[in-house]
Amino acid sequence: MKKRAAIALSAFAIGGLLAISGCAGTNAPAEGDDKVLKVAYIKTDAFTALDTLFQTVKADFESANEGVTVELQPIAATDDDYKTKLALSQRSAETAPDIFYEDTTALRADADAGYLLNLDDYVSEWEDWGQFTDAAKEAGKGDDGSIYAVSLGTDTRAVWYSKPVFEAAGIALPWEPKTWDEVMDAARTIKASSPDVVPFNFYAGTGTGEGSNMQGFYQLLYGTELGGDSLYDSETSKWVTGSQGFIDSLAFVDELYSEELALTPAQALDPNIWKSVFGEMFPNATLGATIEGSYTPSFWQTGGSYEWPEYVDDMGATVFPTQDGQEPGGVSMSGGWTLAVGAKTADPQLAFDFMAMALSKDNSLTYVNENSQIAVREDVAADASYVAANPFVQAVTDIVAVTHFRPATSDYNQISAEVQKANEAVITDKATPEEAAAAYDKAIEGIVGAEGVIQK
Amino acid sequence: MTSEVLASQDTQLRRPEPSSGSRRRRVRRIVKAVRMIPLAPAILIMITFLAGPIIWSIYGSFTNASLTGVNASNPEWIGFENYVNLVNDPVFPLSLWLTAIFTFGSAVISQNILGLGLALLMQKANKKVTASVGTIIVSAWILPEIVAAFVCYAYFSDDGTLNQILANFGMTGPNWLYSFPMFAIILANLWRGTAFSMMVYQAALNDVPPEITEAAMIDGAGGSKRLLHVTIPMIKNTIVTNTMLISLLTLSVFTLIYVMTAGGPGNDSTTLPILAYKEAFRFSNIGYGTAIATVMLIIGAIFSVVYIRALRPQKD
Repeated sequence: MKKRAAIALSAFAIGGLLAISGCAGTNAPAEGDDKVLKVAYIKTDAFTALDTLFQTVKADFESANEGVTVELQPIAATDDDYKTKLALSQRSAETAPDIFYEDTTALRADADAGYLLNLDDYVSEWEDWGQFTDAAKEAGKGDDGSIYAVSLGTDTRAVWYSKPVFEAAGIALPWEPKTWDEVMDAARTIKASSPDVVPFNFYAGTGTGEGSNMQGFYQLLYGTELGGDSLYDSETSKWVTGSQGFIDSLAFVDELYSEELALTPAQALDPNIWKSVFGEMFPNATLGATIEGSYTPSFWQTGGSYEWPEYVDDMGATVFPTQDGQEPGGVSMSGGWTLAVGAKTADPQLAFDFMAMALSKDNSLTYVNENSQIAVREDVAADASYVAANPFVQAVTDIVAVTHFRPATSDYNQISAEVQKANEAVITDKATPEEAAAAYDKAIEGIVGAEGVIQK
Repeated sequence: MTSEVLASQDTQLRRPEPSSGSRRRRVRRIVKAVRMIPLAPAILIMITFLAGPIIWSIYGSFTNASLTGVNASNPEWIGFENYVNLVNDPVFPLSLWLTAIFTFGSAVISQNILGLGLALLMQKANKKVTASVGTIIVSAWILPEIVAAFVCYAYFSDDGTLNQILANFGMTGPNWLYSFPMFAIILANLWRGTAFSMMVYQAALNDVPPEITEAAMIDGAGGSKRLLHVTIPMIKNTIVTNTMLISLLTLSVFTLIYVMTAGGPGNDSTTLPILAYKEAFRFSNIGYGTAIATVMLIIGAIFSVVYIRALRPQKD
């Protein structure tokens, strides 16, 4: 009996060992002519433009390069989850993708971590490189000044407002608020004339994550007296604490929520609230205005997630004003995603060639138009079909003049989370703007240390 | 019984020992070692996949390892810094407290009592009722956690099933996940976990000999007295084992909470697993996240030791 059990056990163990070594065998990199390029990117029901792009490039690249297989790895996730998944996969050469979609805010930290291939030698020999704008080149730089990624497109933030709602409230169109007070007045006017309408959606809190800062709070903060240095002092490379602008910005948010001019806090903290904003509230004219990205029309145009052809006539877009109308008269935030090559790729030139093909003029143009991005290639920006893609392209492209970029340091994600927490504390009435700002200051000092902050 | 058999085998083996001396002993040692060989792969796998992550978690908690940035490729040894930061982190005590509420509220008290109550009721009920009620309760348990989590989300969310039921009675329910996040996740875990306790207690109650309860009945003990003084003492071991299992299971619940509230609003339902996840993967602080995980490991270990101790005197 015992003997038989022992034999069975050893057979099982040997089988197990064989299975393990078998796995190792298949995982070993393929030798010879067959090369595999792994491409990682986001694909969700609301974001398919990149998938379309890579499907096209895959077919073209495989027919141009004999023996090369492009393995597309679309990841269905939110931006944050995607970044986590990508960072985890970068830790081993076995799982690291060769080419991937990379957020500009994560780029510097990822370059520091050694995940990204230095592209200096590759772009210098790339004839298309001269077509990219300086801002786009800057966006792909790491802390050491080398190029680590190439921009796919950028974006700006604008106030998108519903013309029927504003007309019903008797507000003159086109609406061009010059100060925060004018925004607040418009919201109050709408509330008074149509109590069932949400006058001004202002993303805030941790539910919508980084988006709540980009499509919300930063529009306020960067429009206060410190301007572009409101969050991070570029001269000293330190994070700003104790600024009046931060308190004022929180007070504005507090006012909107406490006067019920915005969504309820519970709605605002729902991570999927933006879907209702695009899919229901604007098309049903139950929302006055919101701050949103320049890519907004991509949701409504034909083939978008929330097709709504009437947006062309029903929606207006304008730049968010500075606090008291001071220079430069408007505020916007820009982000944008890039393509990068993994440092652990087996064949860097091949990976770069794939990336270059994806970023070619024709492919860029299609992608930028389909995804309502702001072009970063001059030849794409000059193309007739780019400006004609939707009626708002010119307006959101003009906003580039007053736009700001986030300080993409390795601590940024944590600090962004603290900004979200401060907003959340204010809208849920857990803290006054002063208390929330004080808690934020303390948290920032905890993250970057006393030498990393500057009192303003 | 079994111990007697083992003892007699032992003496049989031992008897020839004095005559043959050390050679026999050596042979026996070799035989023993050979017998261990088949176990080696299992032990190896255990070390790799069970001890390995634990050791890595403890090691990682003393470094500043991160998911990205300079520390991703070259983590440095920083001693107890993560633990010092953890103690000073205002969220940590809150998170500990919420974890305690969650574990005690949904497992130690509710699942235990409800599970035992159901098992007792089902003893008395007819077969049809037992079968149908049992199926309903067990179905909550066999659902994959992610599915159960979405079911609960759909039930408790603002325009979810619960509020629609309340609306039929003319009541406006609150947004449960926002206003009462702990209540919602405790109820959800209770719903999901009760089946386990119920099945454990059903099995234990079946082992209580009916003669003893009958004897107590003849002696004049009422229902509650029989339960308190006869049934419960007889299934005491099961209660302790069950409590240990469910509290360890509940301590590490992640999916249910993450899907329903993601630890929010604010940190109002951020239990330790959620906190560890947020720190490690949302803020890329792997070192800090593993420190929280290590604290959970220690708490779990303390729980186990306490329960094992509680079990020991029963075995004589």
